[in-house]
Amino acid sequence: MSAGPDILALTALLLPAAVFLLLAIVAPLRRSGRPAALISILGAFAALVAAILAWRGFHGMTEPLRCLWTWLPADQGPLATVGVLVDEKSTLMLLLVTLVALLVQVYSLGYLSDEPKPALGRYYLYQSLFAFSMLGLVLAPNFVQLFICWELVGLCSYLLIGFWYQKPSAARAAVKAFWTTKLGDVGLLIGIVLLWRHTGTFDFGELQTMATGGQIATAGLGVMTFCIYLGAMGKSAQFPLHIWLPDAMEGPTPVSALIHAATMVTAGVYLLTRTAFLFALTPDVLQIVAWVGAFTALMAAVLACVQSDIKRVLAFSTVSQLGYMMTAIGAGFASAGFFHLLTHGVFKALLFLGAGAVIHAVGSNDLSHMGGLAKRMPQTAIVFIIGTLSLAGVPLFAGFLSKEEILGSVWAGGLVVPFVMLAVAAFLTAFYMFRVVILAFYGPSENPRSEHSAPSASSGSALQSHGPAHDAPAVMTLPLWVLALLAMTIGVYFTWHRELPIDAAHAELASPAWLTPLAVGLGLGGILLAWLTYQRRAISADALASAFGPVRAAALRGFWVDDVFMVGYRFGVLAFARVVGWTDRYLVDGLVNVVSAWTVMAGERLRQVQTGRVQDYVFGVAVGVLVVLWWLGGTL
Amino acid sequence: MGLQAYLILAAVIFSIGLFGVITRRNTVGILLGVELMLNAVNINLVAFSRFNADVSGMVLTVFAICITVAEISIGLALVILLFRTRRTALADHIDWLKG
Repeated sequence: MSAGPDILALTALLLPAAVFLLLAIVAPLRRSGRPAALISILGAFAALVAAILAWRGFHGMTEPLRCLWTWLPADQGPLATVGVLVDEKSTLMLLLVTLVALLVQVYSLGYLSDEPKPALGRYYLYQSLFAFSMLGLVLAPNFVQLFICWELVGLCSYLLIGFWYQKPSAARAAVKAFWTTKLGDVGLLIGIVLLWRHTGTFDFGELQTMATGGQIATAGLGVMTFCIYLGAMGKSAQFPLHIWLPDAMEGPTPVSALIHAATMVTAGVYLLTRTAFLFALTPDVLQIVAWVGAFTALMAAVLACVQSDIKRVLAFSTVSQLGYMMTAIGAGFASAGFFHLLTHGVFKALLFLGAGAVIHAVGSNDLSHMGGLAKRMPQTAIVFIIGTLSLAGVPLFAGFLSKEEILGSVWAGGLVVPFVMLAVAAFLTAFYMFRVVILAFYGPSENPRSEHSAPSASSGSALQSHGPAHDAPAVMTLPLWVLALLAMTIGVYFTWHRELPIDAAHAELASPAWLTPLAVGLGLGGILLAWLTYQRRAISADALASAFGPVRAAALRGFWVDDVFMVGYRFGVLAFARVVGWTDRYLVDGLVNVVSAWTVMAGERLRQVQTGRVQDYVFGVAVGVLVVLWWLGGTL
Repeated sequence: MGLQAYLILAAVIFSIGLFGVITRRNTVGILLGVELMLNAVNINLVAFSRFNADVSGMVLTVFAICITVAEISIGLALVILLFRTRRTALADHIDWLKG
């Protein structure tokens, strides 16, 4: 293979774009459903192959490769370029995105098999656009391309959350996701422009050279990095902009797996990893990142414990894990956060797809409608438990080392309180995930439909139940197994080789000896508590609930974050809008109306002059001549 | 009699013509007024020609009289057409150009 990694990465980027254009332009193909899906899957597969080749090809290189085109020309070299930047981070992200995108597209073939053909074609159209935008984001060589792709993935997220747009809740959730992330994106845009004014470049490479060379004045830089962090906060669902992610679960489950677990929500983490050299110059902002991240991790973990909807548990779990990654970045160890991003992408996609299989079989999102599914869906149960063990951070599973690295880096960063928050969150993570596992796959079956065929209206979901619950068709289980095996492989490999796949400089981090037992102990403790509570019923769930009564009540309301936003919206935005509306209606419009009324009135008066009678005009002419004569007579 | 007397006569006839044009209700009357104004001008031309011993003014007057005849015939034709279509020959009934 002679093509360099940069060309391969470019290929992986342009393949989904080509598929998107094809499906967008050739309407009959799009409306044919399955053929469109197959083309899209083929494109994703080719992109994955290109990504693997690019990753292998780059292996061992140290200098980033670039393949750039001038976009905005200027006298002192191009103002902005487009192209691909291939380095360790972007190739790994490339691999993750193409892999999960391919598996999700294959899985969707089974999950959305009941959709009408045009809707299926539309779905794959959006999927291809998303794959292109996300790859464009991770391969972006500068802030401008990154921002454009950043907005594009936001758009795809909006379109795919609102895929079932006839459902009011889905449409509302799509708008909410769009607005909430947009709030952060405004910050990102301001940050990028300020940074450009400060340094004169958008390019990551030039910025890094300047930053390491100490050529960037640190005065005022904190504002810029904070603005950039705002963008990451919106996209990666950090407190208080996390409210859109649980609602985003209204979209089809494969979409949640791809966009709202594995790829798009991690864009914020990726952005901070990419610009870690800038953040390193502003330790104050890093402190904010770490504290907000730790708080988000803990809060979302608490919220996940009280959810009854399996997808919302996973959504809050995603928020929580994103908090983990952000805390590691805030502690100054971006590579630990990035490693967790990769492993989390794999096992969270696995969990979501597993949950999708369960939802597909049961016809409901509600945990109370599930139970005893392990016997009926053995394959799904096995892969789901693999995903859960990974998330809980059990050794030999994918999340083990990455989670421990985050805890270690936060400790090494001297952030004791965030460390404690993360430790508690780790315990809660294991607890709530095993709560889901036990409620869904073990215990008594509380859903008549998982026992025998009883078709009834599915609760809030457009899915149809296919008789008694059983394992999903092969097209859905295959992606599950691939992800499960990958999670196992990563887990075993990194339990053995205890080093990060990127950034060898991180190796000097000497984590204390008690860290591994602590991390594992927390995970196992959470599992034990869930087992005792929900399986053995040694601890009454009600007693547990009443012991944490106020917290539970608050958590059920999402700690009132939504309500605060609502109050802010109603008394802030709406009140302001009302003032602006009044000003516009009565002051601005009033002025315009008065002027126009005067004009009309003057016209009404003036038209009286035009009598239409010739004699009046003659009279006018005669008088005019006399006036002119009189005037000339005065001067002569 | 000097030149001034002719000019005064012409001015008086012109004013009478203008007054007629402005005040007559009948379109034929208006045309008569126009004739008066034209002829006042002719008187001026002839008078200046006579007192300046230049024939060109008189020649011009002959032309003007000829053209006036043609013009008045067109004007009368218009009045007749107007009367046929609108059943009126009164100027203040004709106000289609009213704004």
